[in-house]
Amino acid sequence: MKVVVDMDVCQDHGQCVFASPEVFRLSDEGRLLYVAEPDESLREDVEDAADVCPLQAITIED
Amino acid sequence: MSTMDRIVVAGASLGGLRTAEQLRRAKFAGEIVVVGDEPHMPYNRPPLSKEVLAGKAGFDSVAFRPKAAAGDVVWRLGSAVASADLAGRTLTLADGESLSYDGLVVATGLRPRRLDVPGPVGGRHTVRTLDDARALQGALRPGARVVVVGAGFIGCEVAATARGLGAEVTVVEPTPLPLVRALGEVLARALLERHRAQGVRFALGRTVSRFTGTDERVTGLVLDDESRVRADVVVEAVGSLPNVEWLEGNGLDLSDGLLCDEQLRAVGAPGGVVGVGDVARFPNARYDAVARRVEHWSVPGDSAKHAARTLVGAEQEAFAPLPSFWSDQYEYRVQSFGAPGLGAGDVRVLEGDPAGDVLVGYHDGGGRLVGVVALGGAAVVARAAAYRGELSSISAGSAGSAGSAGSSDFSVMQGALS
Ligand SMILES: Cc1cc2nc3c(=O)[nH]c(=O)nc-3n(C[C@H](O)[C@H](O)[C@H](O)COP(=O)(O)OP(=O)(O)OC[C@H]3O[C@@H](n4cnc5c(N)ncnc54)[C@H](O)[C@@H]3O)c2cc1C
Ligand code: SF4
Repeated sequence: MKVVVDMDVCQDHGQCVFASPEVFRLSDEGRLLYVAEPDESLREDVEDAADVCPLQAITIED
Repeated sequence: MSTMDRIVVAGASLGGLRTAEQLRRAKFAGEIVVVGDEPHMPYNRPPLSKEVLAGKAGFDSVAFRPKAAAGDVVWRLGSAVASADLAGRTLTLADGESLSYDGLVVATGLRPRRLDVPGPVGGRHTVRTLDDARALQGALRPGARVVVVGAGFIGCEVAATARGLGAEVTVVEPTPLPLVRALGEVLARALLERHRAQGVRFALGRTVSRFTGTDERVTGLVLDDESRVRADVVVEAVGSLPNVEWLEGNGLDLSDGLLCDEQLRAVGAPGGVVGVGDVARFPNARYDAVARRVEHWSVPGDSAKHAARTLVGAEQEAFAPLPSFWSDQYEYRVQSFGAPGLGAGDVRVLEGDPAGDVLVGYHDGGGRLVGVVALGGAAVVARAAAYRGELSSISAGSAGSAGSAGSSDFSVMQGALS
């Protein structure tokens, strides 16, 4: 599974972090960090993360 | 429950879309029909008072991208549900067609309340839909005199955006401070100062008595103290009304949205009717048994997941989302987690200072932290998020134990590191 976050759109809301902490994290400065190719077993969590992003910045590319 | 061949979703916005998607995730294999009165596919509303209204993002940027799993959903757009016969499991659409269902999702959201005072109606706007935002954007020219009535979140955001576009902005608000009901006094004052520093004028503690103008076009307002404010554009941001009229006559409690139980089932309805999103009034088992409507963007998504599982008959605990809300005004963000409203009696500054970046905590009668709100930049918003673990541990009756969000090991990381 491939995850792409449009960093021009992302405003570091961090909602994705709670839905899928294995894949998304905020740095100490509050900037988003993420795993670009997470394990397939995390798909539902990553879908949830994409859903809760207020900017709809997260795309899952299969 | 009898077999379900068709689930109809009324309302084609965030709540409706997410419920359709979640029904597929919950392995519902029957037909899903989403009926929406707007002509558009579901789109995201928050940018309508922020980036999109400011012209920083295009109107096409707000469209949601429905998941592939929901690719076979039937979208009936531009058609309102006119009435429902829940006993007969049939809806009647505005064009007279009837649509039968085995499961019904009520996701018809809210519409803006309008001011009921005398005067012309031309030049008076609200901001709920894409079409509303388009119409308002065309009127927000530099130097335009814009009067925003109502200093809630949408009113404050529109004021900030209009100011950013060079308009002359006045906000009229009946309470003594903007957003004071939602955030309490500390943050309300801090936000008032920020708006004033940007040049926004406030008429606080004032209501609108009438609009003045010519040829059905508003040119000014008269307030309850007989003071006058000139206006080229008026934005009414005075709250919302739930879209529930189409459900009348079925013995439901529609007094403030659709009353739902802890599984989001409509109270008083036959089986197979659930409420989702802004229109639903539901108890949050995390706090108490009182049913409330919650106008936060996070609710349609959370409630869609729960309601979809209820409809397919899955076993699950009572609905207990952790509320979260944000608002953007100028370069500041307001970020809320938990239920500040339940802790309005004991508000403390946890970090920072109201003149700068600040984090405020809301505590219940027992001194337990029930909500946090950050105001400022990305760093303080991230600090608010650090309390999420503690706020998540609250459940009705629990003493509430502290615990912070654990960090995990990252093998590959990328993103905005600069
Ligand atoms: C300008 C604006 C800014 C916002 N900013 C924020 C923010 O910064 N942060 C935040 O947390 N939340 C924000 N919100 C709130 C958030 O957008 C809402 O909580 C969310 O849109 C609710 O989704 P919903 O699907 O429940 O309802 P809605 O989005 O209201 O959708 C209901 C849909 O049903 C349709 N409908 C109504 N009646 C019928 C009928 N009889 N038949 C068929 N269709 C019908 C409506 O036209 C609408 O399309 C904002 C809202 C607005 C309007
Ligand atoms: S939720 Fe969206 S905006 Fe927020 S950090 Fe994640 S990707 Fe960025």
